[in-house]
Amino acid sequence: MKERAISIMLLVAALGALLALALITYFVFQSGLPLILEVGLWNFLSGTTWNPTADPPQFGLLPMIVGSLWLTVGSLVIGVPLGIAVAVFMVELAPPRLAQFMRPAIQLLAGIPSVIYGFIGLTILAPLLRSTFGGPGLSVLTGAIILGIMILPSIIAISEDAIRAVPRSLRDGALALGETHWQVISGIIIPTARSGIVASVILGMGRALGETMAVIMMIGNALIIPYSPLQPATTLTSNIGLELAYATGAHRDALFATGVVLFVLIMLLNGIATAFVRRPAFSRRGT
Amino acid sequence: MCWLAFALLLNACGSTNNENVLNITGSTSVAPFIEHLAEIYQQEHEGVTLNVQSLGSTAGVRAAIDGVAEIAMSSRNLDAAEAELLEQVVVARDALAVIVHPSNPLVNLEQAQVQAIFSGEVTSWAAFGGADKPIVLVVREAGSGTFGAFEELVMQGVPITPAALRQGSNGAIRQIVAEDPNAIGYISLGIVDSTVKAVAINGVEPSVAEVEAGNYTFVRPFLFVWQKNRPMSALATQFLEYTLGPAGQAELTRLGLVKGVTTR
Repeated sequence: MKERAISIMLLVAALGALLALALITYFVFQSGLPLILEVGLWNFLSGTTWNPTADPPQFGLLPMIVGSLWLTVGSLVIGVPLGIAVAVFMVELAPPRLAQFMRPAIQLLAGIPSVIYGFIGLTILAPLLRSTFGGPGLSVLTGAIILGIMILPSIIAISEDAIRAVPRSLRDGALALGETHWQVISGIIIPTARSGIVASVILGMGRALGETMAVIMMIGNALIIPYSPLQPATTLTSNIGLELAYATGAHRDALFATGVVLFVLIMLLNGIATAFVRRPAFSRRGT
Repeated sequence: MCWLAFALLLNACGSTNNENVLNITGSTSVAPFIEHLAEIYQQEHEGVTLNVQSLGSTAGVRAAIDGVAEIAMSSRNLDAAEAELLEQVVVARDALAVIVHPSNPLVNLEQAQVQAIFSGEVTSWAAFGGADKPIVLVVREAGSGTFGAFEELVMQGVPITPAALRQGSNGAIRQIVAEDPNAIGYISLGIVDSTVKAVAINGVEPSVAEVEAGNYTFVRPFLFVWQKNRPMSALATQFLEYTLGPAGQAELTRLGLVKGVTTR
């Protein structure tokens, strides 16, 4: 009887989480979808001008979509090699005591509020880039560097788990065949842990795509399509964060519609990530 | 919009029975000044609570029309439809100052030059006798009262270039301009400080004196608005009187605003 009561309570809690998701989905789509239909999906996605308070207003998302992609790719270029390298180092090369110290330190990186990252980008990195390369300093590059650091904890943690899960026998077998440690890492361990590493990259990508506060502070929020990493840009999230407070009427609907686009993008990424995680490592039994 | 009204409503519901609570909502530009006045007022009057919320001019005006907020703040003029429904009083005026880095040799701009800069027509400081460096524009985001006032008073229909950096507050614009020798932006005169340089417009220095004399023209009203034909609570009346009275006006002037003119 007691068991049953507890299981029902847990079921209710689980349904509550689902209900929250359903409500958020419903609310975002209900507020955003009418405007997408009115403007036309293609016009909305491919329009190059965002001028929500003009008469008539113009709702073109292309600058922000390109901005989001630039920033996400940029942060991955910086964060992924670094993250995988750290994960490999911690499992394969670091003395155990150093690894034990590094793990909580890296997790601490995840605990720093994003507004602090943004502040560091704004006050330290931006002036540095401005004096080095010219331009406004607030740019895709500034955002990508800081975001690359922000996504490190998730990339390192998940990659580390995946690398640790590589069977001892594969490692030992390769070493017994006379391969160097580096050959084992690059030829056996990383390919075997591939699915976990890819999942970590996609989670990092989701984080980079969704980050708002730090991005608003660092990226300059210009409504242009950036053709160089030294130019300012706006992302889907940063525009919502920047404009929502003042938006009314169609402007507000357009920001929710931006949310719909973001929602679909992130759902896609999550779907891909899940698919990768579920797929068994290809060489668990050796090839 | 409705969730906002709902949130305000809840807030108001909890306090309608209490005549010692006054909710004031609206412009983010006006709110810091009124918050300051409210603090002084609360210190002087035991037991009253003034809640000042900054939600933006348009949200404030909407809240006043719906009767959710007894008094709302706006940093832009009401449009015709809004003016039909609302009483308004200018509690103070605020000048918009065009600011540059202190090292910038620029001292004066004609309004047409300001338009040319912010529309992206002129892109190099060489056009104003400076070094051949690209002009970095910093503006507010669409929908904010400051953005609306700048469009109305300064740009007068000339569109602002999308290449401008956008920031969410006057303070953020000031910080960027203070750090970047090539930047130019606009902020409330009230928050101009020594980290940036305000340039003269059409030969007139942006200063409280020039605004009062009517020479400096980039000036917008800070309004209190409330529902027409609605009996105002005693507390609201008293706070309004305090704000418009000598003590309130002196405090607002001390904070860098320009005295309001009485009812328009």
